[in-house]
Amino acid sequence: MIKYILKRVGYLILTLFLVASITFFLMKLLPGTPFNNPKLPPDQIVALKAQYGLDKPVWQQYLSYMLGLLHGDMGMSFQFSGQSVSYLIMSRIGPSLQLGLQAMILGTLLGILLGAVAAIRKNTWVDSVATIFAILGRSIPNFVFAALLQFFLAYKLRLFPIALWDGFSSSILPTIALAMAPLANTARFMRTEMVDVLNSDYIELARSKGETRWQTVANHALRNSMIPIVTIIGPMAVDLMVGSLVVENVFAIPGIGEQFVKSITTNDYPVIMGLTIMYSFMLTVVILIVDILYGIIDPRIRLNEEAN
Amino acid sequence: MERILDVKNLEIDFKTYAGTVHAIRNVDFHLNKGETLAIVGESGSGKSVTVRTLMGLLASNAKVVGGTVDFEGKDIVKMSEKELTNLRGNDIAMIFQDPMTSLDPTMTIGKQVAEPLRLHTKISEKAALAEAVRVLELVGITNAKARLKDYPHQFSGGQRQRIVIAIAIINNPKILIADEPTTALDVTIQAQILELLKEVQEKIDTSIIFITHDLGVVAGIADRVAVMYAGKIIEYGQVDEIFYNAQHPYTWGLLEAMPTLETKSDRLYAIPGTPPNLIDPPVGDAFAARNEFALAIDLQQEPPFFQVSPTHAAATWLLDPQAPKVTLPPEIQRRHQVWEEKFANKGVNA
Amino acid sequence: MADAKLSPDLFKRVTVDSTEKEKITTPALTFTQDAMRRLRQNKVAVVSLWIIIIIAIISIVTIFITPADPNKGNLAYTNLPPKIANWNIPGFNGYQDGINKYAGLGKNVWFLLGTDYLGRDLLSRIFVGTRVSLIIALVATLFDLTIGVSYGIISGWIGGRVDTVMQRIIEIVSSVPNLVVAILMLLVFKPGMTSIILAIGLTGWITMARLIRAQTLQLRDQEFILAAKTVGETGPKIAWRHLVPNLSSIIIIQTMFTIPTAIFFEAFLSYIGIGLPAPTASLGTLLSDGQKALQTQPYQLIYPAIVIVVLMLAFNLLADGLRDAFDPKSQR
Repeated sequence: MIKYILKRVGYLILTLFLVASITFFLMKLLPGTPFNNPKLPPDQIVALKAQYGLDKPVWQQYLSYMLGLLHGDMGMSFQFSGQSVSYLIMSRIGPSLQLGLQAMILGTLLGILLGAVAAIRKNTWVDSVATIFAILGRSIPNFVFAALLQFFLAYKLRLFPIALWDGFSSSILPTIALAMAPLANTARFMRTEMVDVLNSDYIELARSKGETRWQTVANHALRNSMIPIVTIIGPMAVDLMVGSLVVENVFAIPGIGEQFVKSITTNDYPVIMGLTIMYSFMLTVVILIVDILYGIIDPRIRLNEEAN
Repeated sequence: MERILDVKNLEIDFKTYAGTVHAIRNVDFHLNKGETLAIVGESGSGKSVTVRTLMGLLASNAKVVGGTVDFEGKDIVKMSEKELTNLRGNDIAMIFQDPMTSLDPTMTIGKQVAEPLRLHTKISEKAALAEAVRVLELVGITNAKARLKDYPHQFSGGQRQRIVIAIAIINNPKILIADEPTTALDVTIQAQILELLKEVQEKIDTSIIFITHDLGVVAGIADRVAVMYAGKIIEYGQVDEIFYNAQHPYTWGLLEAMPTLETKSDRLYAIPGTPPNLIDPPVGDAFAARNEFALAIDLQQEPPFFQVSPTHAAATWLLDPQAPKVTLPPEIQRRHQVWEEKFANKGVNA
Repeated sequence: MADAKLSPDLFKRVTVDSTEKEKITTPALTFTQDAMRRLRQNKVAVVSLWIIIIIAIISIVTIFITPADPNKGNLAYTNLPPKIANWNIPGFNGYQDGINKYAGLGKNVWFLLGTDYLGRDLLSRIFVGTRVSLIIALVATLFDLTIGVSYGIISGWIGGRVDTVMQRIIEIVSSVPNLVVAILMLLVFKPGMTSIILAIGLTGWITMARLIRAQTLQLRDQEFILAAKTVGETGPKIAWRHLVPNLSSIIIIQTMFTIPTAIFFEAFLSYIGIGLPAPTASLGTLLSDGQKALQTQPYQLIYPAIVIVVLMLAFNLLADGLRDAFDPKSQR
C-alpha cells in the first residue's frame, strides 16, 4: 500500500512538472504582452520587461520559473503590479474551495438519494421524475442555470443576495448552480449501480432470509451501490472546477475561477500559468485520494492488497 | 407418511412484452415430512418458478392465477407480505445455485450467517454470532470463530456454498429448498455438498426439495422424484420407480441422456428439439413434438395421470389401455429388466 | 382416468416432423435490427431524434433565407420585445412593462422574438447561432471520434509498453481540466471558428479513447478473435472486420454524448469572451449578450437558453436511448 502511494505521488510530481513546463512554453508563444500598450513610453516598457525578467533568454526564464515553483513562487502578476501570483491565488482560493466542497456534498448526497429512489421504484412515475430531473441537470448549461437562478430567486423574489461573497447566504445560490451537474451524474450512476445490485443473487438470498424490501436496501444494496461512486469523484472534481469558472463570474465571487477568467481577458500570463498549475495540482491530488479511498473501502481490494 | 407441504393445481402466468407466458400450468405435488423430493427438468421447465412460489419470491411480473400451496394449515399463495416475511428464512429456507454471487461481497460472513437469527428471534448480536459459529462448524467450515470477520471472497466456491447452507439452516427450517445447489461446483465438491445436505437433513430433521437437471445427482440424494416439462409435472414416483420403471417418454429421454458405465452406445444421446413456447402452449401433450412415441391423441388432448403404483404415476397416453405396445429404447429396456429382477416382486417401500 | 369413449384411431402412432421441432418461430434479426427495434419502442428517444432532425433542417434552410439579416442592426429597432404580427398575445405583443415599444415604427414592423441591443432580429440570430453551434459541435466531435478511436484501438490492441506509455500520456493530459486546456489553446490561436473547433476537438477525445481502449482490451482476449487468428486473419484485417463492428455501438453512443458537451463548450467559451468574435452569432454569444440585458430584456437570454437546453436535452435523451437499445442487459 505504501509503495503504491509513493508511486502515485511520484507520478503526481512528474505530471505537475510536465504541465508547468508545457504551460510555460505555451505562454511564451503567446502574441503580445500587456506591455503592448502604445501609451507607454519605450524606456518604461524596457524597464517593466526587466522587472519581470522578460529580457532574459528563454531557457533562463524557464529555469528560474521552475526553481521558483519549488519554493511556491510563481512570479508576479502582470495586472496587479507588486502582487505575487501565489499571494493572489492563496487569497482567493478560500471561497472557491468552500463553494466546491459545498457543491460536491450537496450534489453527491442528493444524487445518491435520487438515484437510489429511482432504482427502488424503477419504471414508476418516481423513477421517471427522478430521471428527468437528472437529465435536465446535465442538459442545462450551468451558466444559464446560474443566470436564471440569479434572475428569479435573487433579483425578482429577493430571496437571496444577488452576488458577492458576504457570508453563508451568498453561497447558497452559487452552490445550487454548481451542484446541478454533480447531482445529475451521481443520480444516474447511482441508479444504474443500484438496479444492478437489486437484481443480484445476494439480494434474493437476503429476501429469502426474511428481510423486507427496505431491509435489503438498507443492509445490503446501499453499501454495495455506493462503493463505485468513489470512482466518479475524480470526473466530478473536474466538473466542479470547470463550473466554478462560470458560477463565480455570474455571482461575482472572489475565487480563483473569477480570477482565471479575468486574467484571460487581461493577458496576465503569470497568473494564468499559476492557476493552470494549481488546477492540475488539485485534480491530481483528488484522483490520488480517490484511488486510495477506493482501496480502503472495498474489502475485496483492501484484503487482496494485504494478502500480497 | 405425513405431508408437510401440498401443492394443488398451481397455475402461474408471467406478463412479458411479448405476451403472457403460462409458465406453470397446473402443477400438483406434495412433500412428506423428513423426505427429500427431487424436481427434475430442463431449463425453462418451471422448476425454479415453482419453488419460488413456495416462499412468495416471484418476480413482479408474475401472477399466481390458480391453485393452492398448503403449509401447516395455511395457503402460502394467499399470505400477506408480512406473513411471508415471517416464513422466509424461518420455516422455509432456500439454498441458491451460484455461491460466487449469492453472498454480499461487502459484509462479513459472520454477520450474514447471523442475520436470519437476528431477523426472527430476539437475540443479542453476540449470542447470534456464537450460534453462527456453531452452525458454520456444522457445515464443515474449520476455524469458524476466527473466520467470522472474513469476507466471502476469502473462501473457495465449495466453502461459500457451505456458508449459504449454514445461513439456510440456522433457524432449523421445516422445509429446505435447494435450487440446483451443485450445478456451479466441481464434481468432487458436488459430492461433498450432497453428503453435507444429507447429514444436515438428519441433524436438524428437515424436509428437502431439491431442484436439478442432473439425474445423476438425484440418484444420490432423493427419496422421491417429480419430473417437470413445460410447466407441468409429467411423472412422479419413488426414486427407484423413476430410475428403473419410468413410463413417460420424456423421462426415458432424460435417462438415456445420462451416460452410465453400462451404456453400450458410443454416441451421447440428446433429446432432439427444444421446449415449446409457453405464450402459446401447444394443444394436447406439450412433449408431443419431440416424442418419437407420440400417438394421434397426443396432438389433441393432454394425457391425464395414469397410476402405475400407489406412489408412481405418469401423464402419458401410452399407459392408456387402448395404447399400442411400443418397443422401448435399449437403455430403458435394460432398466426395466433391472426393475423386474430387483424390485417388482419385493414391493416398493411405502 | 381415460375416457372409455375414445376412438381407437386416436391411439395410432404418429411421426412428428423433426425439422418442425428445430424451427424457430420468430424471424431472426441482426444485432443492429434488434437494437433499432428497441430504439423505436423508446418514445422519448424517437421524439428527441425528430427534434434534432427538425432543428438540423431549419439550420440548413436558413442558410438561404432568414426573416431578417442576422448581422445587420437597425438602431431604430433596438431592444424591441417579441411581437407577432398585430396580434395581442401576452408576451408577444410588443409590450414591455406596459409600454408599447413598437409605437411609431410602422404597421408591418414586428419581430417574432424581438431584437437585441443593436437592433438585430433575435430570431434570425438564433437560427444562425444554432447552425454555427451545431457545425462547431459536429466537426469537433468528428475530431474527437477520429483521434479518440484510433488512440484507443492502438493502445488497447498493441498493449504492453506502448499501451502503458499511451495511458500515462492520457493521465498527464487529463490532469488539467479540459476547459482550461481549451482556453489555453484559444489564447494561442486567434479566436474564430477553426480555433474553437480545434480547441474542443483536441480536449474531448480522452473519454472516447479510454472507452475504446477498455473495450478493445476486453474484445482482444475473447475467443472469436482467437478464432479469427487461427483461421489466419492478420492484425489490421481483424481490427476492421471484428473489432470495429463490436465497437460501433460504443462509438455511436459516446459520439451522441460528446455533441452536447461540445455545444456547451462553445457556448461557454463564447460566453466568457474568448470564443467567436462579434458580430458572429452563436448560441454562446447570444447567451452572453442576453445575460448582460437580463434585468431589462429577459427574453434576450431566455429564448437562446431554451434553444440550447432543448438541443442538449435532445442529444442526451437520444444517447440514453441508444445506449439502452444497444445493450439490452442495461435494465431500464
